[in-house]
Amino acid sequence: MNSHRHPVGGTINRGHSITFRFDGRTYSAYEGDTLASALLANGVRIVGRSFKYHRPRGIFGMGVEEPSSMVQLRSGPRSEPNVRATEVEVFDGLEAFSQHCWPSVNLDFGAVINFASPIFPSGFYYKTFMWPASKWMFYERFIRKAAGLGKSAIERDPDSYSKFYQFCDVLVVGAGPAGLSAALSAARAGATVVLVDENGQTGGRLNFDDAAVDGKPAQEWVYQSTEKLKLMPNVEVLCRTTAFGFYDQNLVGALERIADHQREPDGREDRQRLRLIRAKQVVLATGAIERSIPFSGNDKPGVMLASAVRGYANRFAVRCGKKAVVFTNNDSAYATVSALKSVGVTVEAVIDCRLASPGESALKHIGNTPLKQGFAISRVRGLRRVKSVEVSRFQDNGEVIGSAETLTCDLLCVSGGWTPTVHLFSHAQGKLNFDEEIGAFVPREQLGSVQVAGSANGSMSLGACLRQGYDAGSFSSMKSGHKSEQKAKVPQVDDRPEAPMQLLWQVPKVRRGAAKRFVDIQNDVTVEDIELAFSEGYVSVEHLKRYTTLGMGTDQGRTSNINGLANLARLRETDIPSVGHTTFRPPYTPVSMGALAGGDFGTHLSPVRRTPLHDWHRSNRAEMQNSGVWKRPFFYIKTGEQVRDAIIRETRQVREKVGIVDVSTLGKIEVQGRDAAEFLERVYINRWKSLPVGRCRYGLMLREDGFVFDDGTTTRVAENEYYMTTTTANAGPVLEHLEFYAQTVWPELHVHLTSVSDQWAGMALAGPDSRNVLGVLIGESEAANENLPYMGYLATRIEGVAVRIFRVSFSGELGYEIHIPSKFAQQVWQAVLEAGREWDIAPYGMEAMTVMRIEKGHVVAAELDGRTTAADLGFERMMKKDVDFVGKRLAERDALVSAGRKQLVGVVSLSGRPIPKGAQIVAEQDARPPATTKGHVTSSCYSPLMDKEIGLALIADGRQIYGKELYAASPLTGRTVPVEIAHHIFVDPKGERTRG
Amino acid sequence: MLLIPCPHCGERAQTEFTYRGDATVERPHAEDSAEKWYDYVYTRDNPRGEHTEWWHHTSGCRRWFKVRRNTWTHEILGSESANTDNNRE
Repeated sequence: MNSHRHPVGGTINRGHSITFRFDGRTYSAYEGDTLASALLANGVRIVGRSFKYHRPRGIFGMGVEEPSSMVQLRSGPRSEPNVRATEVEVFDGLEAFSQHCWPSVNLDFGAVINFASPIFPSGFYYKTFMWPASKWMFYERFIRKAAGLGKSAIERDPDSYSKFYQFCDVLVVGAGPAGLSAALSAARAGATVVLVDENGQTGGRLNFDDAAVDGKPAQEWVYQSTEKLKLMPNVEVLCRTTAFGFYDQNLVGALERIADHQREPDGREDRQRLRLIRAKQVVLATGAIERSIPFSGNDKPGVMLASAVRGYANRFAVRCGKKAVVFTNNDSAYATVSALKSVGVTVEAVIDCRLASPGESALKHIGNTPLKQGFAISRVRGLRRVKSVEVSRFQDNGEVIGSAETLTCDLLCVSGGWTPTVHLFSHAQGKLNFDEEIGAFVPREQLGSVQVAGSANGSMSLGACLRQGYDAGSFSSMKSGHKSEQKAKVPQVDDRPEAPMQLLWQVPKVRRGAAKRFVDIQNDVTVEDIELAFSEGYVSVEHLKRYTTLGMGTDQGRTSNINGLANLARLRETDIPSVGHTTFRPPYTPVSMGALAGGDFGTHLSPVRRTPLHDWHRSNRAEMQNSGVWKRPFFYIKTGEQVRDAIIRETRQVREKVGIVDVSTLGKIEVQGRDAAEFLERVYINRWKSLPVGRCRYGLMLREDGFVFDDGTTTRVAENEYYMTTTTANAGPVLEHLEFYAQTVWPELHVHLTSVSDQWAGMALAGPDSRNVLGVLIGESEAANENLPYMGYLATRIEGVAVRIFRVSFSGELGYEIHIPSKFAQQVWQAVLEAGREWDIAPYGMEAMTVMRIEKGHVVAAELDGRTTAADLGFERMMKKDVDFVGKRLAERDALVSAGRKQLVGVVSLSGRPIPKGAQIVAEQDARPPATTKGHVTSSCYSPLMDKEIGLALIADGRQIYGKELYAASPLTGRTVPVEIAHHIFVDPKGERTRG
Repeated sequence: MLLIPCPHCGERAQTEFTYRGDATVERPHAEDSAEKWYDYVYTRDNPRGEHTEWWHHTSGCRRWFKVRRNTWTHEILGSESANTDNNRE
């Protein structure tokens, strides 16, 4: 029923026909077709446009190597750009679209660039849009529009993806003859084996070529071997799974496409799965890819790889044309002639650039087809597809003479030889040698735990593939600890010697002005582009690649790279090894972001941490705020209130009466042991040995480079037991820091560190009435100033729950922190609210707490930004002079103690307008960047207490310019606010409220 | 991703660990010269080849230990616990 399908033959399921749509038209196919074979069977010849010149592009290859037939697959949220039509298994209802063309693939306005191509040489963008530099942003909009291929979906991906970690003795990559053979020998020896292949079925090239193994059709051997492997309990065979990257310690990343060959995933199945496979031994049986030959007009639709044409005929019974010519420099392409004839295609001639005869079996393939030895195709004619080819005599020196004859044809099958797929081997840091016989880079040697077998190793014959696979499998199983007991035999094949190939990297133009000779048909890089780049000094492969974009497309130059290198070598008058090759980097083929993310997206990207009081906050109208990974109450809103009203009310509540805030997120560390005090002396800048049991102290920690690391209060709860608190954000880093010093720098100290952050919830009870509330809870005498003085500590019980009460204050009011075992947090919180009812107690949130700490001049992460010293923040007197502590020596260096450092000060808005956070402090109102700044604003807020807009700032020598008027300029928001420099403690500088 | 041999827990995935850097530098004494202190904090060799470095089993036993790693091949040559004899009570 397909116009270009032979009525018999192939392995497609003719009993199951399928319909699909391409560019809005409906076509039919058979189960087993790829999108490419189905399009060819329907006579669709132009499926895309090239990247730069928008030249028409047809199907060129048949698998992962495909440079040109890329489509937009599916529509809506599952739509996917740049999918190779050769790799898509057709399913009923499949929808695909050509891309990179407008209004259609057959009439593309972008193709005007093609006619202007003489003015678009390599490096065109660099040369043209370089100046004026200011215009780049303008140009970019148009360049971006013209570039790019398909479009990514903008809707949310409806499918799920997952990650899978796997371990095995032997991982075999590639299930062609070498891979199957390797898997069989390794599995028989008892090794656990994982066999992966990117295709929908095992067999590799054997699915597309007419070959025999053990006297039977090769496909029979493939089927039997695969069934055998699948039945073995120690083997996993994974098709549609691409090993895309080889990482350290034999970790191979593989993408399993579970449902890409279906319209959508079944039920709740994932669409794709990222497998991270750690193997003791890896066998790379990744095969080889046929390459093209650059000659004039070699990019026209109808020019195809000989191996692909052969495969379409053998597997899909598809005729890629009506009349074909084969152009080759090696024996392998001869089999294409018999394959073409078997599906009813006329073969006009075989053009072989070699003068010497091909091998015996090659000759058998062509029968009576005319063979022209010592000739080359010098030009392809035809505007939108191949109409005829010109044949010229090819000389030993690589020159061609005139045009001997013109052959009419609509299909030109090209083979420039085979290039081993060494990507994964190179990822594994394997070194390559240039093999003159096959004209390609091959592995120089086997690596300790990586074996390369078959055509990936440069051994192209079927017999060599099977034998090397077998050996690599046996060797790998042995190295992973499995001795082969039964000796299986290597499958036998009838390998006839091939005649040597002739390296052919380009056919010279017969006359100037002939059509371009393409090296890279996806990115439109021609031999002429390489010559131009070379003449401009781009003589290194890495430069050539980036300047011309050779091999940089989605196909990564699989059919073209070596041709580019060879032409550069020719121009440099040196050999290919001296030119070298560009670096192979993962991934081998694109990996979807979905698969890389797996389940780690949205709320699963990072944990959400909730305090033990979270539920209470949510059911009491708290607006929650993200604070790192924590959810914290921002403010509690009352009916009819605006946000600002709520924040002002909450601060007044604390300043005038009493409030309570959840501080459970603070880091808490138990420091225990007989040297705990000595340890604290060494990690804090201030003194700890003098701290009596039952008292708290504010501590400041430096990094070893002398800058402030963290702060918090630490309490001596017993003789050899301290309870340290850290800032919320540094809870983890501080513990790690302390552990490093305890375990590695001072291992002689008897000290034990335990994080108890999650075990203890915390709440701050603050305000003039807080002692009264505490009195109700624990008794007036217990709460009295004499019993629990400022910076005092009390271990007691509230409603029978053992709690720790610290008389510390962050707000600047009389206050207590009550720490409660997390499990009882809500019970105690509610008990406190109940006890405070008489004084109208109310909860307050993060914002009110922030306002009050700014008013009080307390520092947080905004000020402890890793660039401030203790002295910058006004803590210079806390620093011990006599004994060593972490950061002491470098805190004393000149740069950290000299004049001119930015010091912590307060700033007050003189215009009544809010002070922009992050604003730069400048001397002139109209200062514009770049301007010298004196410092910057770290925190700012409206102070209800002062009825002013205030802030904290770090300003050079700020403490010497109290009262001075400067400007807080924020170029980002376009606001400049006049400010007066003030002391950083706005409220109660003597601390009478807190101490009272 | 590397497998890191924790001397206390065995081989574990790299994601469980925190890397710190050169484990051959020693914290100077308080009375040592400013240059020595500066070197300790800021100056590091960047060898191509074998390197001894601190790793912390952050999501595991929380011990700091030394790993010998080849910075060129990423081969792990061995690991040993820090000198922590007196560290636990």
